[in-house]
Amino acid sequence: MAPVPHSPLDACLVLLALWGLIGLAGLVRPRSLRYVGRTLFPLGALCGLALAAVAFSAIGTPTEHALLLVGLPDLPMHLRRDALASLFLGLLGAVSAGISVFAAGYFRRGQGTSAGLLCLQYHLFLASMGFVLLADDAYAFMVAWESMALASYFLVTTQHSLGEIRRAGFLYLLIAHVGALAILLAFGVMQGGSWQFTFDAMRAARLPPSWAAAAFLLALFGFGTKAGLAPLHVWLPEAHPAAPSPVSALMSGVMLKMAVYGMLRVSFDLLGTPQWWWGVSALAVGLFSALYGVVFAAAQTDMKRLLAWSSIENVGIIFTGVGLAIVFHGAGMPALAALALIALLYHALNHAFMKSLLFCSTGAVLHSTGERNLGRLGGLIHRMPWVAWLSLIGALSLAGLPPLNGFVSEWLLLQAFLFAHQVPHTFINMLLPLGAALVALAAALAAYVMVKFYGVIFLGQPREATLLHAHDANALERLGLLWLAAGCVALGLMPTQVVGTLRAVVRELAHVDLPDPTAPWWLLEPLPGRLASYSGLALLLAVAAVVLLTFLGVRLFYHRRVRRAAPWDCGFARLDARMQDTAEGFGQPIRHMFEPFFAMRRELPSPFDRAPRYHVAIADPLWLRLYQPLGSLVQRIADAFAVLQQGRIATYLLYSFVTLVVLLAVVL
Amino acid sequence: MRPIGIITQLLELIVALAAAPLFVGWINQCRAWLQNRSAPSLWLPYRGIRKLFHKDAVIAAGASPLFRLAPYMVFAAMVVAAGIIPSMGTRLPLTQVADAIALVGLLATARVFMSLAAMDIGTAFGTLGARREMMVGFLAEPALLMVIFVASLISATTALPAITEHLATQSLGLYPSLAFTAVAFLMVLLAENARIPVDNPATHLELTMIHEALLLEYSARHLALMEWAAALKLFNYACIGFALFIPWGVSTRGSAPVTLLASLPLLVAKLAVAGAVLALIETVSAKLRVFRAPEFLATAFLFAVLGLLVHLLLGA
Repeated sequence: MAPVPHSPLDACLVLLALWGLIGLAGLVRPRSLRYVGRTLFPLGALCGLALAAVAFSAIGTPTEHALLLVGLPDLPMHLRRDALASLFLGLLGAVSAGISVFAAGYFRRGQGTSAGLLCLQYHLFLASMGFVLLADDAYAFMVAWESMALASYFLVTTQHSLGEIRRAGFLYLLIAHVGALAILLAFGVMQGGSWQFTFDAMRAARLPPSWAAAAFLLALFGFGTKAGLAPLHVWLPEAHPAAPSPVSALMSGVMLKMAVYGMLRVSFDLLGTPQWWWGVSALAVGLFSALYGVVFAAAQTDMKRLLAWSSIENVGIIFTGVGLAIVFHGAGMPALAALALIALLYHALNHAFMKSLLFCSTGAVLHSTGERNLGRLGGLIHRMPWVAWLSLIGALSLAGLPPLNGFVSEWLLLQAFLFAHQVPHTFINMLLPLGAALVALAAALAAYVMVKFYGVIFLGQPREATLLHAHDANALERLGLLWLAAGCVALGLMPTQVVGTLRAVVRELAHVDLPDPTAPWWLLEPLPGRLASYSGLALLLAVAAVVLLTFLGVRLFYHRRVRRAAPWDCGFARLDARMQDTAEGFGQPIRHMFEPFFAMRRELPSPFDRAPRYHVAIADPLWLRLYQPLGSLVQRIADAFAVLQQGRIATYLLYSFVTLVVLLAVVL
Repeated sequence: MRPIGIITQLLELIVALAAAPLFVGWINQCRAWLQNRSAPSLWLPYRGIRKLFHKDAVIAAGASPLFRLAPYMVFAAMVVAAGIIPSMGTRLPLTQVADAIALVGLLATARVFMSLAAMDIGTAFGTLGARREMMVGFLAEPALLMVIFVASLISATTALPAITEHLATQSLGLYPSLAFTAVAFLMVLLAENARIPVDNPATHLELTMIHEALLLEYSARHLALMEWAAALKLFNYACIGFALFIPWGVSTRGSAPVTLLASLPLLVAKLAVAGAVLALIETVSAKLRVFRAPEFLATAFLFAVLGLLVHLLLGA
């Protein structure tokens, strides 16, 4: 009989190991969808639920350590579970539970990689993310980080027969490794000459300010590539849409949060006290990403790419919070630092749920219609009511509308910005309100993007005849979507409870705390004494009460007669689906207003064209101006070295001989 | 909850529901006078709403339940918003539930529901209107937030009643920052309520309209609710303006409950003046092309940001 785990850390380890075992079990009968889909994935979801329960309840309990004697000799893996790790483990468990249930109903036959192998990669991906969170030395962290990157690479290239997807996977792998190198270098700096790579040694090391800054900037680069911060984002809109939808959900919803975790771990825990100007750099990068991401999201015509760009925006908002927290922390304002940290952790939780929900629903749409292009969708609310109404919750959350969850974290962040004017640096004082303006602009644009996303896919008339035969998601898929949507609603309606939990995390991480709340349990106050408060639950009840009263009042005093007729449309009789606004059309005001952001190629018809054709292609100017020159530079250097490569063994022997002679000359 | 709070809350909601169509009627009347036309009755908006409630609802064949839900949602959002804005008294229990930022969020929710409903039938005009409405919205919303930020910075809170009290009880000091934001707010008000120069409430000319395009497919009770909600929205924006820029005369926390009675005629007077000013603005300005609207709103946004900077530089 297996020993009963007696601490949360042991329980987490057992659950992560179980994920690994479930993955391996997939290899037993890799071609059986019934076995893999109906048995293994739901089991994985149960593990996720258990992990969420264990981890969330462990927040606030004392930190635990463990030693895992695997890997290289004399190099054991140090593990540690503290409140921050518990929070992200809980996020991993809770969100992956919904995605796994969805995935159980999602994978079908004939999609590249076999189901069993997919199951192995998927569960290894989950387990490696868990180990990233538990790692307490650089070695264990990097091993887990790289397994996470590799597992997700294989998942991205599930449909490896398509060249486009192989290319996206390669780009992802390449940039993931550039980022991993930066993280490795950051650890190298942080060990501070002690050559001890445990995190405890890094906490103890007292780095000179310049080296600490170097470590911070390296970590920002490294974790920023994983998080998809602009200008390191180019892989994200390629790789996330290329993966099967549950994997896209996992990557956008959960994996990006691992980068947030790493950034918080390094800047607040390992480096000790961050300096305020580090925060400014994170703030600037975050704000730029938020705006860049949302503007590009508005111009997309592929539904999964649109969501991927929106992830860049949300990660930008999270890193804006990181920057703000560091500025406050460095300026000696603990309560505001706590507020900013809580806001960003809250947003990370929210984004995990809502983005997973939307990615999964695009998966359901994709299965039902075979179409990712927004220009060929429409009207699915009639054929797929389950998916449509649950996605509505996700879309409204992502648009940052009360009373759902996206609003709460944006509200907290804006509150933090609003009291930022007490920072003792005049320059920052002037810039922070502009930051708030940019956050407000990004949030308002997010609503635009979500109206486009939802309206074009689910509302209006079907743009293709085939859409009339679309079918709703199956039972398991519905259950997964329902779980994720319930998470969005719960996070929106119970902000006080969530903030209470996050306070425990923030207290342990950065030794800052909010004052105890004076408001009743249903009312959220950012800082007591500010008189400002918000309650999603009461707001929902108030709106619902008015809706109900109006509805009943209209029926009571008037009548309920309804006739169905053809649409009015100003009397135009021959309305068809092609007269609706397209995704391109909906993005047109944004393209027009933010023209400098885009690298645009337009083909306009001339008045004399027999077959007039209008075509707009937008590209990422950073790709054209930054990455392509960089790529061609590398290519040129490689070409220069290729001169050495003659292909004749005699030449290579000559090289060895010359090297030997030179070395001997140096040594002797 | 104190009885005075409940009384203030109920009174405000009733006044808002009753006065909103009247306010629209008053603006129309003023505009007609300024344009040398004989004015329609002040009560015309009421008659229109009543007539619509009595009619049979005609709904397009392809409409989803979202289309029928939206009028109720929009109307409810506007009613709740009216309960949050301290137009007569600051002792409002509902303001605990939502502060000024949440108020902006609530208005955004109404806008999103309206745009989604307009896209639901899949007509050319509906989607066009939704796109334009969201375009106006994403520029107007941050501008409004910036306006509220300046007032919040001055009074160190985002709760609307506290802002109003702080500004109302100050000795008649001049805030240069508030002057900038007042201009920004006026521009946002015009844009958000589909008035000239961004939209024309009096036209059904297809290519220029925004708000009317959203409502094209609605009829009868649904249209009545939408029209009423639009009137409430205008009323709410006017009251936000009063709460931030001319807060005097509102029954504040320290004052006797009787002051609530005095605040009603004062509110009517403010609305009368505001209506006349709006009518004047609409008479002397021309409608912009749709692609000039973003510039108009960007100006509003910049004015608000300027107000913020002025506040931070001068501390006033």
